[in-house]
Amino acid sequence: MRSRRGALLLLLPALLLLLFLFAAPQAAMLLASFLRRSAYGGVERVLTLANYARAGEPLYLRIFARSLGLATATTLLCLAAGWPVAYWLALKAPERWRSALLVLVMLPFWTSLLVRLYAWMFLLRGEGLVNRWLGLAGLGPLPLLYNDFAVLLGQLYGELPFMILPLFASLERLDRALLEAAADLGAGPWRRLWRVTLPLARPGIAAGCVLVFIPSLGAYLAPDLLGGARTVYVGTLIQGQFALARDLPFGAALSFGLSLLVLALVLLFRRPLGAARG
Amino acid sequence: MRGAVSVERVFKAFGGTPALLDVSLEVKPGEFLTLLGPSGCGKTTLLRLLAGFEQPDSGALRLSGRDVAGLPPYRRPVNTVFQHYALFPHRTVFGNVAFGLELQGLPPAEIAARVEETLELVRLPGLAQRRIDQISGGQKQRVALARALVMRPEVLLLDEPMAALDLKLRKEMQVEVKNLQERLGLTFLFVTHDQDEALVMSDRIAVMNQGRLEQVDEPERLYERPRTRFVADFLAVRNLLEATVAEVAGGRARLRTRGGLDLLAADDGGWRVGAEVGLGVRPERIVLDPPAGAENLLAGRLDDELYLGDRTDWRVATGGEVLTVAEGAAEAQRRQRGDEVRLAVPPESLLRLEDAPGSGA
Repeated sequence: MRSRRGALLLLLPALLLLLFLFAAPQAAMLLASFLRRSAYGGVERVLTLANYARAGEPLYLRIFARSLGLATATTLLCLAAGWPVAYWLALKAPERWRSALLVLVMLPFWTSLLVRLYAWMFLLRGEGLVNRWLGLAGLGPLPLLYNDFAVLLGQLYGELPFMILPLFASLERLDRALLEAAADLGAGPWRRLWRVTLPLARPGIAAGCVLVFIPSLGAYLAPDLLGGARTVYVGTLIQGQFALARDLPFGAALSFGLSLLVLALVLLFRRPLGAARG
Repeated sequence: MRGAVSVERVFKAFGGTPALLDVSLEVKPGEFLTLLGPSGCGKTTLLRLLAGFEQPDSGALRLSGRDVAGLPPYRRPVNTVFQHYALFPHRTVFGNVAFGLELQGLPPAEIAARVEETLELVRLPGLAQRRIDQISGGQKQRVALARALVMRPEVLLLDEPMAALDLKLRKEMQVEVKNLQERLGLTFLFVTHDQDEALVMSDRIAVMNQGRLEQVDEPERLYERPRTRFVADFLAVRNLLEATVAEVAGGRARLRTRGGLDLLAADDGGWRVGAEVGLGVRPERIVLDPPAGAENLLAGRLDDELYLGDRTDWRVATGGEVLTVAEGAAEAQRRQRGDEVRLAVPPESLLRLEDAPGSGA
């Protein structure tokens, strides 16, 4: 009994932190999403489902669908770009360089994403570095900024480490003798990849996809800065409700709509993404 | 020629460190040949060259008469049983054994039949649907064996397959694998560092040391007549001495050891007067309390004992040498440390040992 009370006591700070910084604000948001907006940006104490009804209008459903598309594209791009990097790091790179190379993967985290995306703006804009180089080569200038290409590039750039790290973790644990055994039994390089490496890396692939997909669904910085907020995604939409439209109840309803979407997707893909079996 | 292995003047180094130095070896079809040696002697490297996981720096490798230079592992007519089994954790027992057959694109019915047949061969029926983490070490060993045998290889390569098993299970598997090999008539190339395992299982044993072949012989011959100091030492010849050949006459060679013992050895025509030679004597060949008139009679004192259960190894100080002498447990009870004893070293028990080519340098 004593140890149990002791454990509870040790847990208390974390529990309090969670209660005040997560549970309480969530509850306040949930409540707000069922109230009516007041004329001055506050809420009126009138219970209503109107905010959710509005979030379900075709206009907003299209924005949800667009965000879904962006998140899917970001995830697939990160997987395609991250797999070779993680594979090389885990299985091919010289062992004494491995930790240094891993630090390089994480290096971008030392600077805020906001600052890094501003840097991209300077690289990509009409008279930016990339277009200047293209000009020297007699090409361009190309419209690189304020379009879907720039948004996707920013997303890929921002989320890539979250894909590489879990992929690396699962590939590093891969027993090389298994690849030799597969070769010994007649499997060439592609069949080894398909029948041994990929199935055994499945937990890492699943973790990486979840880690990239969920933040991408609510992506806000890249669409706003690199996309110039020309195309509206859920993230920008919600931010707009709180900061510009001052429609707190609708913003809250949209937020919970997004959370429900994520929850539904996680449940839907739980089986195919689950730990490697069979 | 199917099943023959030919290794011709093979060299291999890893980052400047030599692993194989001028190794040549012929394995006959259907032979059980063991590569025996301590870790780092190059035995596993030789196996990996034959499997195709590594390429030799120079020299030729032939399987069933065909040169396999540059062929990747998946195009060679050999299969491997790996040291830690390397079973696929994401597949069942059936899935592991079926892996190679699936790659060949065989019809499912044939795959199922061959897998079942092979699982029976290694005495592992009824476990086909188990996951790999649900079976014991001994069973994993059998699955690894089945996974390789189901491919009907021309040569089976086994890389210390029993190293992870406990002693009792290992003894059982040794007999079983040997029987299996005889029944199938397959060429087995077996790597181990365990001399008992090698003696029990092999048709021939190739002893390796520091990247070279020291001696290739049948188990009995290897045990009775080790040619080099290294082989003798590895096969538990506890007494290793240095001597000079003083005289050869009348079917006997007279030797003087560095410690000052005079010993007679049976003359097989190999002793050269004045030559420095290595000598080996097995502890169990030395006789305590010998009959009068025995050759190489010595007097000594029991310095120390090593109790081994069924026998005792005495350390006997005699002249300027210390010899290890084995005695049965019952006889050994009559003696104790410090006793003065008489002993004899039969001339035919003295082994003449050479340094291996290159190992003296």
